[in-house]
Amino acid sequence: MEIKEFIEKFAEAIEVEDASALTAQTAFHDLEEWSSLSVMLLIAFFDEEFEKEVAEKQIREAVTIQDLYNLVTA
Amino acid sequence: MALLTYNGVGITAMAGAVPRRVINNYEYTEFFPADQVKEVVDKVGVFERRFADEKTCSSDLCYAAAEKLIADNDIDRSEIDLLIFLSQTPDYRMPATSIILQDRLGLPSSCIAFDIQMGCAGFCYALSVAYSMMQNGNLRKALVLDGETRSKVYSPRDRRSAFIFGDAGVAALVEKDDKFGQSWFSINSDGSRHDLIMIKGGGYRNPSSVETLTEKVVDEYGNMRSDEQGYMRGGDVFNFVIREIPRNIKQTLEASGVDKDSIDYIVFHQANNFINSYIAKKMKLDTAKIPHTIEKYGNTSSVSVPLTIVSELKDKLAGNKQLLLSAFGVGMSWVTGIVSFTDCHISDIVEVENGQPIE
Repeated sequence: MEIKEFIEKFAEAIEVEDASALTAQTAFHDLEEWSSLSVMLLIAFFDEEFEKEVAEKQIREAVTIQDLYNLVTA
Repeated sequence: MALLTYNGVGITAMAGAVPRRVINNYEYTEFFPADQVKEVVDKVGVFERRFADEKTCSSDLCYAAAEKLIADNDIDRSEIDLLIFLSQTPDYRMPATSIILQDRLGLPSSCIAFDIQMGCAGFCYALSVAYSMMQNGNLRKALVLDGETRSKVYSPRDRRSAFIFGDAGVAALVEKDDKFGQSWFSINSDGSRHDLIMIKGGGYRNPSSVETLTEKVVDEYGNMRSDEQGYMRGGDVFNFVIREIPRNIKQTLEASGVDKDSIDYIVFHQANNFINSYIAKKMKLDTAKIPHTIEKYGNTSSVSVPLTIVSELKDKLAGNKQLLLSAFGVGMSWVTGIVSFTDCHISDIVEVENGQPIE
């Protein structure tokens, strides 16, 4: 999956309405839509799309959407 | 895998009890703004739950359920040779609550009584222990009592756990009869994940102190709790569950030789709706076979599986039925049970207030 598609699916997963404002460098923890629930939504997204297990800690330590992309495509 | 197998033993009657006080989750807004509450509640799918009052313990809920079961089925108390109380919210640190219930329920002093301390996966533990002891041959009836007051365990100021848990108790009567077919239990443990769900303070590793009782901010979201209240790393629990639960269900079906399509009902631990829906989707299960109570009783820990049977399958267990029970929780511990039901009699759920059943 290319980063562009990843950003769109990420937006869908954590329910960001306007995905066009997001880039690979967006600091996702600062998004208005980000909450403690988003971690669960992301874990489900990573499992469904990539069959990858990403720990809560890894999500907490990631800063940008690019960091998340690297976690599941590495 | 260690698969427990039983023959000719089963549950002949069940009854449940819940506190009278209903919590409407959308209105549970003392500590968080209504819009945040709505967001969480919609995701976890818990719209109502029951909270025990100060005078109601897990044992009181189980007592009410047991009295109802005994009355409705005209059970001779002198024939109850085994009582197991399953809970992580006992009355006292000692003695075991089961011993107190032996007297309160008017059971003979020859009755074997002990507690099992397990979390959300606990019901299959208690059931398999009861089945094992019944197969000894000398016991007539066993009473499995499963009760929890999770509302007293979690901080209302920690949004990761504040909107999920509720209180309830269930009684199940276990008897021998050739009419019961085989039952199977797979019981599993992973202590390397013991810190995913935990109450750190108040035991003997970290005894109660001013420090353990002090409420603190615990994360970047401003959630607050003390070390004597439970916490849950929901994301990591979810990661664990979506891998291990489907795998364990498949293994247990294979090892038992039971065809998935011959299962009448699949009863999952009512963790939250997000997890349960995800597992059902991932395993492509027929949702018509999956009863649920998460929306009205929340997550009642070990009680959620038997409570869902009592609440949702009351008139559906006539004749021979095969139920698959699946649960996971603190430990981590997880179970799959394939349990044969034959003409199980289920009572109406009773309500409890001030420690007493409401007539």
